[in-house]
Amino acid sequence: MALKIPGALFDQLRQHGEATYPHECCGVLVGEFDEAGGKAVKTVVQCGNTRTDSPANRYHISPSELVRIQREALLAGHDIVGFYHSHPDHPAKWSATDLAEAHWTGCSYVITSIEKGRAVLTNSFLLLGQEETKHLEDEALEVIEK
Amino acid sequence: MSIKVLIPTPLRPYAGKQSIVEVTAQTVGDALSNLVAQHPDLRKHLFSEDGKLRSFVNVYLNDEDIRYLSKDATPVKETDIVSIVPSVAGGI
Repeated sequence: MALKIPGALFDQLRQHGEATYPHECCGVLVGEFDEAGGKAVKTVVQCGNTRTDSPANRYHISPSELVRIQREALLAGHDIVGFYHSHPDHPAKWSATDLAEAHWTGCSYVITSIEKGRAVLTNSFLLLGQEETKHLEDEALEVIEK
Repeated sequence: MSIKVLIPTPLRPYAGKQSIVEVTAQTVGDALSNLVAQHPDLRKHLFSEDGKLRSFVNVYLNDEDIRYLSKDATPVKETDIVSIVPSVAGGI
């Protein structure tokens, strides 16, 4: 099971993190779930980070943006398959805060480390379990080049 | 009246794998109650033991958060869409 993403969209989410550095960027991955449990990203939706009080180490996507994105995805025959955000000068690895605030079980959480303004590593993690038992597992990330 | 409730990805396993569920309701509270009546497994994922919506569960009537409307008592009409969206946040 992997998260598949076209190269151009992969670059887009990484560049978003470079553009917002030294603050965290965030956004939504819209696409399709396949029968094998994998996901294919069709669109990357950049979102605003509402944590203007602490943007260097926190992100939050406005629920009103999520509502709109979810509705438009469903109308297009797609789904929200995951989210992405950046870690300025910090590893591309989920934190305790990332896990505590993750609630979209079955979706991917993609994190990019941005070091001194440049995107370095991008990793994907799959949220599994129920709220009381949830955990993030490493997920294969396949970048599809044309 | 019959209205649509949009089910987010993580809750679809508990809603018969549906992304949209139609319920009969006069208010948002009715819609959620009827939704859970149709799909009882949803209850613990939406509500805490005191019967209140879990803190990370946002419920919107069209484009408005029900917290800023009349909450459960918010009236609905035929073309309305109730969206359930768990929150998305995190950080270093």
